[in-house]
Formats: sequence, C-alpha cells, structure tokens
Amino acid sequence: MSPVHRLGAGTKLAALCVCSLALLAVRSPVGAGAAVVGVLGLYALARLGPRAVWSQVRPLRWFVPCVVAVQWATLGPLAACVLTTRLVALVALAGLVTATTPTSLLLAALERALGPLRRVGLDAERAALVLALAVRSVPVLTALAGTVRDAQRARGREHDVRAFAVPLVVGALRQADALGEALRARGLDD
Amino acid sequence: MTEATETAPSTASGRRGALDAADAARVATFAALVAVLGLPGSLSLFGNAVPITLQTLGVMLAGTVLGARRGALAVLTLLVLAAAGLPLLAGGRGGLGAFVGPSAGYLVGFAAGAFVVGLLVQRLRRVTFAGVLVAALVGGVGVVYAFGLPVQAVVTGVPLAQTAWLSLAFLPGDLLKALACAGITVAVARAYPAALRYRTREG
Repeated sequence: MSPVHRLGAGTKLAALCVCSLALLAVRSPVGAGAAVVGVLGLYALARLGPRAVWSQVRPLRWFVPCVVAVQWATLGPLAACVLTTRLVALVALAGLVTATTPTSLLLAALERALGPLRRVGLDAERAALVLALAVRSVPVLTALAGTVRDAQRARGREHDVRAFAVPLVVGALRQADALGEALRARGLDD
Repeated sequence: MTEATETAPSTASGRRGALDAADAARVATFAALVAVLGLPGSLSLFGNAVPITLQTLGVMLAGTVLGARRGALAVLTLLVLAAAGLPLLAGGRGGLGAFVGPSAGYLVGFAAGAFVVGLLVQRLRRVTFAGVLVAALVGGVGVVYAFGLPVQAVVTGVPLAQTAWLSLAFLPGDLLKALACAGITVAVARAYPAALRYRTREG
C-alpha cells in the first residue's frame, strides 16, 4: 500500500477537483512541464509504472493528434504543445485516482458528494439502492441485448437499429416493472 | 393496482418526495440500458475521445420513456457508476479520466439532455413521431452539445468556433439517433401501453 493508495477517496476526489482547475489555468511551457513532472511523480509515489500511465491516457490516443492539428493551425505550435500536454496530464491525474482507489470507496465518496440531491427526493438509502440495482441490471440487460440481437440476425435485420432497440426497451421495461413489483412486495414503499 | 399506489408517484414527482419502488426499478434498469447501448458495435471517430455508439440514443430514450426527472436520474446513476470506475461509458470507458477530459461536458449534457427530452415529451398532447423527434433534437442533440462544446473548448484550449467545426463530424450520427429515438418511442408506446405511464400521472 503506497501513500497514494492509503489516502481517503473523498480527499483524493477533492484534490483532483482542485488540481483540475489549477491545470486548466496553465498556459506556459514551464507550467505544463511542472504538471507532467508532478503527475509522473505521483504515479511513482503510488508505485505505478509507465504501463499504468498509458492505460489511463490510452482513450485519448486518436483524439490528441486531431486536436493538436487544430491547435497548431489556430494557436501556433507552442500553444498546441502546452495545451495538449496539459490535457494529457489532467487525464492521467484523474486516472491515478481511479487506479489507486477501490470502486466501492469511490462510490461511497460520490454518494456523499451528491448529498444535496436529497432535495429532489433522492435520500441516501434510496440512492444506494438504485446504484446497486443498476449494477445488477447491467448483466441482465446485456444478456437481453444478446438475445434480441440473435433473434434479429435470424430474421436478417442485423443493421436495423429500430428492430434491435424496440424489443430491448420493451424487455427492459417489463424487467423494471417486475422488479418494482417485487420491491414493493417486500415493503419498500411502506 | 390500488388507489394508493397510483397516487403516490404523482405526488413524488411534482413535489419533494422519495422515489417509490417502481420508479427506483425503472431508473436503475434504464441506467443499465444506456450502458448496454454504449457497448455493441461501437464505431468511433477520433478514436475513443468522444465515441459514436448508441449511448446517446439511450440517453434520449431515458428521457422519452421515463420522463424528465426519472430520465435524468437514470443518466446520473450511470455517470456516478462510471465515475467510480465501472467501464459503462460508450466503448467500455469509465473512470474519472472521462470526467476531466474533452468528453466531460457531453457527459453532464447527457443528464441535462435527458431531462429536457422528458420535459418536452411530457408537454405533448399525444406521442407522435414528429413531437418526439423535436424533443430528441432539442434535448438529445441541442442540450448535449450546448454543454459539451464549451467544456471541450476550455479543456483543449481550441476556440469554440473551431471546436464546433470539429464536432460537426458527430452531428449526422446524432440526427440519425434522434430519428431512431422518435420511431422507437412511438413503437414502444404502442407495444407496451404502460411504458410512458408518467404522462397520464403528471399530466
């Protein structure tokens, strides 16, 4: 367990928010360089190697060349380098929080952060239930989507979005309403 | 169905009140549905930065089928799970990187977009293709871009006008998804009469 791993999830989230805003203010090459050194230093402190850094910034690998081209054309080469470095550092930093914090702890911290939503009728207990039900529903709906896709293929309508989505949505609604009945039968609304 | 179960949700939606069991189940299931629509056959432009999948179709459908408040909550549920690290966003992405990168504004726009789509469909006297199409275009395309473009401009440092040009590549796909959303919503309302039940409850 590195010091970065040991830090509380809420602390890391708050630190990420502050650092993101600070990074968005970086405009100079020195600042961008400092950001890269800082982020890599944190990865080293967390005892994560270059492979971990790459896996976090990998989703940007096609976006970055496109955006560099546009930045180069509109803002010049120096600004393009600074802005892109800043962006990659920012995503890498956020990825560090994800990589060093268990999902369950992050989820708990996010639930606390969403506390003000109580005002629109989502108390903490109900929010936790909805989140847990949603996690449980992903494999159920993935299986449903697979069934629908197979049926569609059998009828030769593989590329028809409507033929795929209508049975999927109706199936999801049936599933949801049965689940709602089951929850009510267990006294959730009492 | 007893009288009590019919009236409870309508009071919950208008004023301050808890999500009842039926609502909680629908919100959770649609969060998963939006995630599942982000998975299959996800073709993407510019790599995975702002990927094209059916996920935005899911966002629009959450609004049309669940209504404003529940639709937005379904999207929000998905976003919380994704932020916590589950790979539920388009193309199997997840984690906090998506929330600080160029896609961040679009993700927030998803929740706002679902809300606006639901609000507009609630206002329709009848669920027609044209009515739902307008709602999907305004909420599912207009609102999502209104959140997404400025944030992408700030994060990448590219001026807003150029960012908008860059994003034009995604517009045809989103227009097609709005069309699909209208067709699907009308067909679902016909196939499963209880589908858009919030309409009769909230008026």
